[in-house]
Amino acid sequence: MARAAFVLVALLAVGAALGLVIKKNVIHGAMFLVVNMASIAALYYMLGAEFLAVAQIVVYAGAIMVLFIFAIMFLIPGKDETGPDPRRWQRALALPLGALLLILLLAVVAAVRGTGPPAAGPATSGALYRALLTDYLLPFELTSILLLAAIVGVMVLAKRRPG
Amino acid sequence: MGGVGEERRSLPPTSNDPVGLNAYLILAALVFSVGLAGVLTRRNAIGILLGIELMLNAVNINLAAFSRFGGDLTGVVFALFTIAITVAEMGVGLALVIAIFRARRTVEADRLDLLKG
Repeated sequence: MARAAFVLVALLAVGAALGLVIKKNVIHGAMFLVVNMASIAALYYMLGAEFLAVAQIVVYAGAIMVLFIFAIMFLIPGKDETGPDPRRWQRALALPLGALLLILLLAVVAAVRGTGPPAAGPATSGALYRALLTDYLLPFELTSILLLAAIVGVMVLAKRRPG
Repeated sequence: MGGVGEERRSLPPTSNDPVGLNAYLILAALVFSVGLAGVLTRRNAIGILLGIELMLNAVNINLAAFSRFGGDLTGVVFALFTIAITVAEMGVGLALVIAIFRARRTVEADRLDLLKG
């Protein structure tokens, strides 16, 4: 039962990823990305990382997706990727290159041995919060500085220049 | 990690692992490869950013899976930081795309070749 759930979620994630790549329309791509993010959040939950699952949904399906949709609406009025492709043969290489990377990655994964039954799960939320505010306090605070810098940078970049 | 060692305990029985570590790694490899193909095939910059999102998420699956099967909390913490950094990256990336659109009236990556020699 749980195995079937994993297969279902995995198929959903890979299918949504394929849909994102195959569909030319970026709005459809963004919608596929939402499906992909949601199924990955389900995977996090299966892995016992509840906080990560909720953060995934809030951050990606909430914040990032609104940003993407806004940018797409703002920049691409109804059409995209029109006209002849100036780099057709280069783009034809993308599929073999992606397949090559997949083969290499699967070869590496096949070499992973002896994982056995999972250890007692570490990712209880209480321990996670404690670790974030004790052992990882400095990176945690640095992240807020990074986000502040990003906010300022975005406002400077997207501001309309006078004249 | 010494400070959190005593917090470790078994997960509730509802989240027993149905599949092994390899299944998660294979899934992450699939999503990562599809994301790479997306980055390479897309012509406009926003599509490329969507592909990058896929790749970053594939990496996060790996981090969470290793954290679960390795019995160490660090992977989940790392994945959280990755999410925060991704947000910053996407915000700045989309702002750059908007700035480029204002200047050049296009978001097609192939036409942005001012630095080409």
